[in-house]
Amino acid sequence: MIEFIQQLINGLSLGAIYALIALGYTMVYGVLRFINFAHGDVFMVGAFAGFYIAPAVLKFSNGNPSWTGAAIVLILAMVICAILGIVIEKLAYRPLRDRPRLTVLITAIGVSLFLENFGQYAFGVDPQFFPDLIGDHAITIPAWCGPFTDLTIMVSQVLVFVITIVLLVALRFIVMKTKLGMAMRALSVNPLATSLMGVNNDVVISFTFGLGSALAGAAGILISIQQPSIDPLMGLQPGIKAFVAAVLGGIGNIPGAALGGVLLGVIETLVVGYSDRLHIPSGYRDAVAFFLLILILLFKPTGLLGRVEREKV
Amino acid sequence: MLAALCLGTISALGQDKIEVGEYASLSGGNASFGQSSHNGIALAFDEINAAGGVLGKQIDLITEDDRSVAGEPSTIVRKLISQDHVIAILGEIASSKSLEAAPICQENKIPMISPGSTNEKVTQVGDYISRVCFIDPFQGKVMAKFAISKGWKNVAILTDVKQDYCVGLANAFRDSFTASGGAVVKNSTYSTGDKDFRAQLTDIKPTHPDAIFVPGYYGEVALIARQARQFGIKAPLLGGDGWVGESLLKVAGHALDGSYFSNHYSQDDPSPVIQSFVKTYQAKFGQVPDAMAALGYDAAKMLADAITRAGTTGEPQLRDAIAGTKNFKGVTGDITLDADRNAIKAAVILTIANGGFQFVQRVAP
Amino acid sequence: MMIERTKVILIASLALILAASHFSSHIDPYYYDITLSIGINIILAVSLNLVNGYTGQFSLGHMGFMAVGAYTATIFTTYLPGLLRILAPLGSLLSVSIFFGLALAVGGIAAGIIGLLVGIPSLRLKGDYLAIVTLGFGEIIRVIIENVDALGGARGLSVTAVYSKLFWVYAMAAVTIYVVLNLVNSTYGRGFLSVRDDEIAAEAMGINTTKYKVLAFSLAAFFAGIAGGLYAHFKQFITPDGFNFMGSISIVTMVILGGMGSTGGAVIAAILLTILPEVLRKVSDYPFLPHWLVPLLKNQMIPYSLLLIVMMLTRPQGLFGGIPLKRKSA
Repeated sequence: MIEFIQQLINGLSLGAIYALIALGYTMVYGVLRFINFAHGDVFMVGAFAGFYIAPAVLKFSNGNPSWTGAAIVLILAMVICAILGIVIEKLAYRPLRDRPRLTVLITAIGVSLFLENFGQYAFGVDPQFFPDLIGDHAITIPAWCGPFTDLTIMVSQVLVFVITIVLLVALRFIVMKTKLGMAMRALSVNPLATSLMGVNNDVVISFTFGLGSALAGAAGILISIQQPSIDPLMGLQPGIKAFVAAVLGGIGNIPGAALGGVLLGVIETLVVGYSDRLHIPSGYRDAVAFFLLILILLFKPTGLLGRVEREKV
Repeated sequence: MLAALCLGTISALGQDKIEVGEYASLSGGNASFGQSSHNGIALAFDEINAAGGVLGKQIDLITEDDRSVAGEPSTIVRKLISQDHVIAILGEIASSKSLEAAPICQENKIPMISPGSTNEKVTQVGDYISRVCFIDPFQGKVMAKFAISKGWKNVAILTDVKQDYCVGLANAFRDSFTASGGAVVKNSTYSTGDKDFRAQLTDIKPTHPDAIFVPGYYGEVALIARQARQFGIKAPLLGGDGWVGESLLKVAGHALDGSYFSNHYSQDDPSPVIQSFVKTYQAKFGQVPDAMAALGYDAAKMLADAITRAGTTGEPQLRDAIAGTKNFKGVTGDITLDADRNAIKAAVILTIANGGFQFVQRVAP
Repeated sequence: MMIERTKVILIASLALILAASHFSSHIDPYYYDITLSIGINIILAVSLNLVNGYTGQFSLGHMGFMAVGAYTATIFTTYLPGLLRILAPLGSLLSVSIFFGLALAVGGIAAGIIGLLVGIPSLRLKGDYLAIVTLGFGEIIRVIIENVDALGGARGLSVTAVYSKLFWVYAMAAVTIYVVLNLVNSTYGRGFLSVRDDEIAAEAMGINTTKYKVLAFSLAAFFAGIAGGLYAHFKQFITPDGFNFMGSISIVTMVILGGMGSTGGAVIAAILLTILPEVLRKVSDYPFLPHWLVPLLKNQMIPYSLLLIVMMLTRPQGLFGGIPLKRKSA
């Protein structure tokens, strides 16, 4: 039983990372109807941004882990990724806005390949150690919790979970309660009408990209704190999983992305953890995500929380 | 200008050069290993050329990148053979890539030396194919025997299913360990590139293994060790030469203290060959050489040695000279090629302590 | 009339290919390798174009079908040598040809069946959802192969006999082009195009859009399977990782670069994109390059990805995308 709860915790922490990345995917898709293939690689850039900034920040605390230092690294990485996202949008996607979506998709793939390979050139191909910014350790569970004392919960896992929720709430606030958020929602329904209402679509789109990329950057830092080994190809796997999570939850739907991410993380963890008893070799782990996805899409095509779009003729 | 062009072309005709080809994954998913072995090979040939070359000629290394993509090795090996006219080819680390290129080398009678492919099938392709590394079963057996000798009866195995090196080692370990009376309490798997192993470790923990065999590569092993310790799993980890890498101890911290792995050589080994290699490599590339670098280095040096012994780069003399390698003093050990052209050499078992590797024992083949 | 004319062109091309293949032993092996790769990519691009271009269905899992064909054909040739022995009295050329032809056909049919199984549930979805589902199926196929030891698993499978020669690869390419062109210029073709242009209107006109979508999908899968069989007996070693979604994406790139819905475009794009890495390889060896540029070119994917972005920015409709399709007059 304890084992099951531990696996749930493992799954939630994995799922939180997927959720963070999925949020970025789903935002961009919701507003622009476009799958930004390069999103996972922005996540990687975030991690490396943190890697290069961290030593400078750590100098202030004499090499000791500090929460302020971690917060600074997180915010700086988010800013850098936001800028990267905006630049990519302006250079590579904006000129193709009126084109069929497949064209932009190829461009996104080009950007993704470029980031990965240039990353291998610039950062080197070997994994690098991401410095311990917060002095990660397992939380000691007090003895009165009985059998639960055997559970292992790392501070970093709690941090990831908490920050994901905070960012999710902040995102929802921005989208629902601010003017820019309203513009984003309007744009996702009808870009032409939105611009006719006096909204500068370009600015809103840049903002959307910036926001989504900042979230990816945050995910990059958080995962590096939890799993301190980074390399230029680290965005590939989580990118695809997060993408599946976004579709699972209903692409374009923000709470859906979070739900999809968490669900995927938990199910994947359970499949791997119980592979013996389920008689599913854990080598099938990657297929689980897709299998789940296909199941959902066949029975509820718009995803778990997606709205059914009526196509008008 | 024209004169310079002419001079350039003439010297490039290379009457006093020996062309050696190399195909490796210099970019893409396997780039860490490809670049390491390439560095080792390049270093070896630089040293040889500085000392006058082979048979009085300089070695010209022509390297092509297969980008870690299947289907590329055959194309670039064909190019190396028919366009660059190489007399021998070094490569690859990944067995699947070696298996793709080997038939082409065999067909064209160009000797191929693999620095790091461990699948037995590679050298079975033909008599022009050889290797300088252990084959899968050997390291697995070494670690199984070691585990038995330590009195560890229950072991869990955590394998990278995507790498045939890992699968091969795990199978060999399992066979040898169970044949000697040990019990494998859990078989878990992961994929290259995974960063989160908590699910597998949570599954392993309740079986209370005496040790966990993790024959993977350093990128993942370091994280596995870290997470295992976070879970309070105190059992030592066991592994193979894939553990050796710059980032292993940086990422693992103290998580790997007291764990053991098999390797080709020990950095403490006072042998001048090893010491000079480690120092020169570190000076040139700024990092400690990993197993692939050492194997690449040996493959290159063994080739040069064979050319010297054959007295020619022609066939079948070179092929025979390579196959007849006996007690070649490489960095990764005294290399003798057996009848299947696989390297027979001793392994060393190392442990991690005091922030570095420490020699434990030598295991004869 | 159209079909008769293309039949003549097909036979003429086959004869030409046969003649060319007699000289194949004189071609430099490196160029021969590239030529065969081009041929295989032509089959893949033209078949995918049927789905993505003519029928407007976004499929990202083409490699999965290629894998099915590759492994099936390999199992056929490896485990049924008895068949070859039975055919031996027909003479070595004929017996090998029939044997290999059967292997390819079996591989293609297996892929086609999987295409049917994948297509029927998936093709209800539209646009991006379809893309993801096909990507998913492609990955699932790959993962299944990885976990089946009998197929070599992640370690890969050796293919002992090199049956794929110039003739086979290009003959199959010619056949693929022939079939696709004729299909597209028939009533089926109008069905495909109507699905692409306006699926709802097509349904309203009583066209069974599912039938057309599934037909295009399965047929494309069949040809991908044949390409797979050819690939396996050319490269002599197949691994599931060699059929991952990056490969699917590169075929999609060829289709889009060529201009969706243009078979000629797909052919030309296949040729160009297969040659591109080799050209980049040669360019990076060029001795008069500035120092800093060389490592950026040595990793061919860096210039490749930039070229991709530039191509899409400068000519997003692809090479032949702007040209209206010829339709047989009613």
